[in-house]
Amino acid sequence: MFAYIMRRLAVAVPTLLLLIVFSFILMHLAPGGPFTQERELPPQVLANLNAKYGLDDPLWKQIINYIWGIVAHFDFGPSFVYPDRSVNELIAAGFPVTLTYGSLAFVAAVAMGVGLGVVAAIWHNSFLDYLAVGISIGAQVLPNFVMAPILVLIFTLWYGLLPGGGWSFNDPSFWIMPVIALGTSYMASIARITRSAMLEVLGSNHIRTARAKGMPEHRVILRHALKPAMLPVISYLGPVFVSMITGSVVIDIYFSTGGIGKAFVDSALNRDYAVMMGVTILVGALTILFNLIVDVLYAWIDPKIRY
Amino acid sequence: MVIQQDKMQSLAARMAQDEVKGRSPWADARKRFFRNKAAMTGLIILIAVALFALLGGYFAQWSNEDLDFAVMGQVATMGAPSLENGHYFGTDDLGRDLFARTVQGTQISLMVGIVGAAIAVIVGTLYGATAGYVGGRTDQIMMRAVDILMSIPYMFVLILLLVMFGRSIAMLFLGIGLISWLDMSRIVRGQTLSLKNREFIEAARATGVPSWKIILRHIVPNLLGVVAVYATLLVPLMILTESFISFLGLGVQEPLTSWGALISEGAGTMNYGTLWQLAFPLFFFVITLFGFFFVGDGLRDALDPKDR
Repeated sequence: MFAYIMRRLAVAVPTLLLLIVFSFILMHLAPGGPFTQERELPPQVLANLNAKYGLDDPLWKQIINYIWGIVAHFDFGPSFVYPDRSVNELIAAGFPVTLTYGSLAFVAAVAMGVGLGVVAAIWHNSFLDYLAVGISIGAQVLPNFVMAPILVLIFTLWYGLLPGGGWSFNDPSFWIMPVIALGTSYMASIARITRSAMLEVLGSNHIRTARAKGMPEHRVILRHALKPAMLPVISYLGPVFVSMITGSVVIDIYFSTGGIGKAFVDSALNRDYAVMMGVTILVGALTILFNLIVDVLYAWIDPKIRY
Repeated sequence: MVIQQDKMQSLAARMAQDEVKGRSPWADARKRFFRNKAAMTGLIILIAVALFALLGGYFAQWSNEDLDFAVMGQVATMGAPSLENGHYFGTDDLGRDLFARTVQGTQISLMVGIVGAAIAVIVGTLYGATAGYVGGRTDQIMMRAVDILMSIPYMFVLILLLVMFGRSIAMLFLGIGLISWLDMSRIVRGQTLSLKNREFIEAARATGVPSWKIILRHIVPNLLGVVAVYATLLVPLMILTESFISFLGLGVQEPLTSWGALISEGAGTMNYGTLWQLAFPLFFFVITLFGFFFVGDGLRDALDPKDR
């Protein structure tokens, strides 16, 4: 197992480096620099600015400096638009918020999705099954940017139950709508995957054997059916996790929650390349790390996988 | 004995009929698909939406760019949907006809979805089939490249691309096309691996057919079922991606519009009571996604012999 994790890490590191180099070159190719303004700066000022941020170095040197800054000091450099703030500060301000509602939405989507799927599979073709399938089909066409306005319309404008935006770590009423908006469509997908996997497992021989030897039904399901049925769900968790972070872009804009999505979109609109790259690389690193965890989990549950 | 002779004759007739009417696997699949109520509903919805996109423009009383000065400034009271002034879906915040705008948005969203899926189908199928058929080290390198691309947070990179190189439809297509084929290539590769050791491929190889011809002529046609199912499920994903980006205001630019941009506008103004600006684009968005999901599921049930 240890060797397997090491081997996966050996792939993850070059991937991350590639992502950094790719986005760096992309940034360089883009027309207009960070100091392009409506009023053109005097050439001497521009040269000084470029020298300060190291933009007059050859490209390879800039890349190496940038990577070294990240690896050695975890430093993504200064923001180009707000010179008094570093990229780290901008990201650090938003990250706890994104992490809070993102992980809550993740847990809620997985728990409810698996629950719905299992219930639908156990009572196959019953009223409960149709209800669960109905919910999951309906929820699937409601991505976060559709859910967000609908939720605000219902809970804020019509009933006035929940605050329509903003964020507070102490008041969960600010958390509810972001979590629902973010998680709904993934809950639906997880429910569908769980249901079909569970149906397949429940029809297999080892379940019949377990029932034939008189095992109580709840133990058949919890011990023998759930574990193999979880495999497809686990392999879907990687994409779901990524979507939680990606979705934060919409959540932060719509609910003004101030997570990293806001930092990203602000920087995109301001052409603050340093912040954009910082967020992209951070999200890339998280993605790779989470996919690694998912793969290890998968290998641990499925005895057929040799690693 | 007369009765028995009758029976014999009808039996013979029936047998003759059975012999004449052979059923191909495709015909079987078609029959299963047409019997699937959800899939047929989806298909009808999709045809209706497509007709709306193609012909809706002829019914519009206003162009999508003209401002209705009678409504402007008092959209909340005057701009509601009405048959009298020709704004069937009402007007948007600037006084433009929402019906014409929705037609336009539908055209663009559908186009993005279909073109994105088409890129995915062509690139993904060829890439996956080549990797799977050639095998060995080439396969490993090609699939490792896919793994690496997959772990890139594509939505962020897509936004990066759009911001850096200007927001245009071409850039949007390029960006969506860059990432959409990855899943497809994996699925196709898996299928190819199971196909390539079959007898008919061996026969083709033995008669000296070059590899590229085997891939194009013998592997790809046998993948069509899987590819068709996945492509139908890919179109709504592409539409979702585009709408997501347009919702953020980073996608298509005015005067062009798409469902995502319209939903975003509608969501921004619903505080003023102009609910129709959100409701109409959202309605088309949701029913189209429904349609594609139902048709995709129906196709999978029809073409996948395992689930019969």
